[in-house]
Amino acid sequence: MSGNEAIALAAYEAGVKVASGYPGTPSTEIMENLSRYEGVYTEWAPNEKVGLEVAIGASFAGVRALATMKHVGVNVAADPLFTASYTGCRGGLVVITADDPEMHSSQNEQDNRNYAYAAKLPMLEPSDPSEAKTLLKEAFELSESLDTPVLFRITTRVAHVKGVVNKGEMKTSAATCGIEKMPAKFVMLPGNARNRRKVVEERMGELRKIAETDAYNRVEAGDTKRGFITGGVSYLYVKEAFPEAAVLKLGMSWPLPEEKIKAFAATVDELFVVEELDPFLEHHIKSMGVTCRGKDCIPNQGELNTAIVRNSIDADSVPELFAAPDLPMRPPNMCAGCPHRGVFFNLSKMKDVFVSGDIGCYTLGFLPPLSAMDSCVCMGASVTIAHGMAKALGDEGKGKLVSVIGDSTFIHTGINGLINSVYNNSASVLIILDNRITAMTGQQNNPASGCNIKGEPANSINLEELCRAVGVKHVEEVNPHDISACRTALKTALERDEMSVVISRAPCVLIPEMKKAQHIPYLTTTEKCSGCKACVQLGCPAISWTPLTPEEAEALGYKKKQKGFAVITEVQCNGCGQCAALCKFEAINRKGE
Amino acid sequence: MGAIGNILFSGVGGQGILLASEITAYALLSAGYDAKKSEVHGMAQRGGSVTAQLRYGDKVYSPLIEPGKADILISFEMMEAARYLPYLHKESKVIVNTQQIKPPSVAMGQVAYPENVLDAITSLGIQVVTVDAFDIARDAGEVKAANVVMVGAMSNFLPMAVDVYENIINTRVPERFREVNLKAFSAGRQISS
Repeated sequence: MSGNEAIALAAYEAGVKVASGYPGTPSTEIMENLSRYEGVYTEWAPNEKVGLEVAIGASFAGVRALATMKHVGVNVAADPLFTASYTGCRGGLVVITADDPEMHSSQNEQDNRNYAYAAKLPMLEPSDPSEAKTLLKEAFELSESLDTPVLFRITTRVAHVKGVVNKGEMKTSAATCGIEKMPAKFVMLPGNARNRRKVVEERMGELRKIAETDAYNRVEAGDTKRGFITGGVSYLYVKEAFPEAAVLKLGMSWPLPEEKIKAFAATVDELFVVEELDPFLEHHIKSMGVTCRGKDCIPNQGELNTAIVRNSIDADSVPELFAAPDLPMRPPNMCAGCPHRGVFFNLSKMKDVFVSGDIGCYTLGFLPPLSAMDSCVCMGASVTIAHGMAKALGDEGKGKLVSVIGDSTFIHTGINGLINSVYNNSASVLIILDNRITAMTGQQNNPASGCNIKGEPANSINLEELCRAVGVKHVEEVNPHDISACRTALKTALERDEMSVVISRAPCVLIPEMKKAQHIPYLTTTEKCSGCKACVQLGCPAISWTPLTPEEAEALGYKKKQKGFAVITEVQCNGCGQCAALCKFEAINRKGE
Repeated sequence: MGAIGNILFSGVGGQGILLASEITAYALLSAGYDAKKSEVHGMAQRGGSVTAQLRYGDKVYSPLIEPGKADILISFEMMEAARYLPYLHKESKVIVNTQQIKPPSVAMGQVAYPENVLDAITSLGIQVVTVDAFDIARDAGEVKAANVVMVGAMSNFLPMAVDVYENIINTRVPERFREVNLKAFSAGRQISS
């Protein structure tokens, strides 16, 4: 099973009763899998801060609780995280941070080990799915025995790696479920917080002692000419690149076992610290007065692998490889029939407009041929950045500022930004792309979907009423597959001298109802195609261009100068009809019409 | 440390690469190997280049295949085979679905789909087995089973017997797709035997 499946199983076996999270690659499958176990309450929260606070509440009520998020989600949840370090817990509390070195599906590759240091919390870090299962169960024991939240860091190559994992015994919490008032511990007014601050330091002392035992950090004896200190997935690369070498394997990334590190360093001729991203271990080890090598030879960007580790340390071991041929790139693309395409097609025609984007599938609106996104920073930043630009530009920005956000991202952290834009009298247009689902991470339900994590009916937010309630006077709903109606709605909103909202509403083609639905595809009557490429500009994966030489064009009955014709691949078409609306030559028609 | 076998799966998001690598991994595990598989989820799956990496042996540490060390490259799309040439060595076996899926720049008519794209591999003396997996799967009754046709074609290069795969398909694939997948596997296996 995958690392994420192993973590879900471990959480179940550890007796977790409440788990909350927000979807984010590579963490999403933890909560999805956990939701299938009996006796565990799971939920999708609107954002990571909410999710962590829910888990803290469950812990205060005396049950084991889990919060899951991707690395950048911890930034959102950092506020409760730092103070939960002071309150400690009742039921075991574990926070999973799923980091994404190499940015396979992320906007940055921050190293969240730094959070453990900054928040004064222990951090455990497994190397593979099997160890993830073992360590997560231990994390709950550690949390309860030392009255501390525990940070649990995985990376993409632990989360999405599959390996052999064994089922284990069920555990139970030492805490008892029930209301227990502990104001000195739970009410973080300055007087109480100052006392808890001391407790945090005492706890760090206890944790340092535990780090010295073999429970989490072990020495694997071997050739002492070169010794390695490593943890997480990097340990696996070291074991393959230097199978004979002595290794100090750290399962606890913070706090570090100073005595153990010094003793290990004394046994080896040359010490290497191998870690992905920041020189986190290296800096702390060097500050202990231990001489070691690390980022002077090993990259501090992107993922490592066996070859990088070996070649960084033994430069003369670099093998010759076959060169990659020069091939057209194959970037990801919005799906055939994706409702977002209609909006971005219209935006791509508004060359004066600055499109402030956000995080989701629709970030792909940046890619050619639509190329209709001008900024993308973090969750919820679309509307706020547009507002900042509106204030900076004044009259010059009028009618030129659009922000684009998905339904899930709007609920995540977009609402606050909209309130600010209304309150401080912005004049920009917010487009909410409501496709009823959190799509990019694999179709998770959200508060606007009408279903909960298990797919059961749930209360659903009415986005239009919400926008009106925060003071937006002009809210217009539009079907994005209707290209001209979408253009009119955008133009009308842009002419207004106040904050306005356009809700683009059509379901994601990947949600189960849409997958099951019988879509009647559109087909091309190629002899009618004039080669104008209007449909091709949509960038739909179902439409492809067949180039023609003048002779070929003539042979097919086209004018000699026609450069080619467009064809729709029937099995790929989801029948949205956007291309048919753009075709002025009636060459695209619904099948059977 | 015993020898490690490395299988690189490549193709385009949505081609069923994850299921194909899953069946192969379970087959290796039931034959007594340790195995690790690495996938990438999220953004890349939206029609982009996708890979899965499967490693097996007595004890596997790293989930990632080193460049130059892939023993088998099983590509579900023609151009995607050539893209991973730096992962191959002289004795690598390459199994390629002859299906061509146009990347955006080709679909829009900006550049042409590269001609004779597999020559880049065969010219190095590397063995390439081409499989018309799409047509074979259609004849078996379901075009979506092209991924299992490919697994069948690859099975001749792996040490497990046919019944190991059949057991996996019988236990891991939903009942209504079992028969067509068994047919697809068998048809694929005949191609390269």
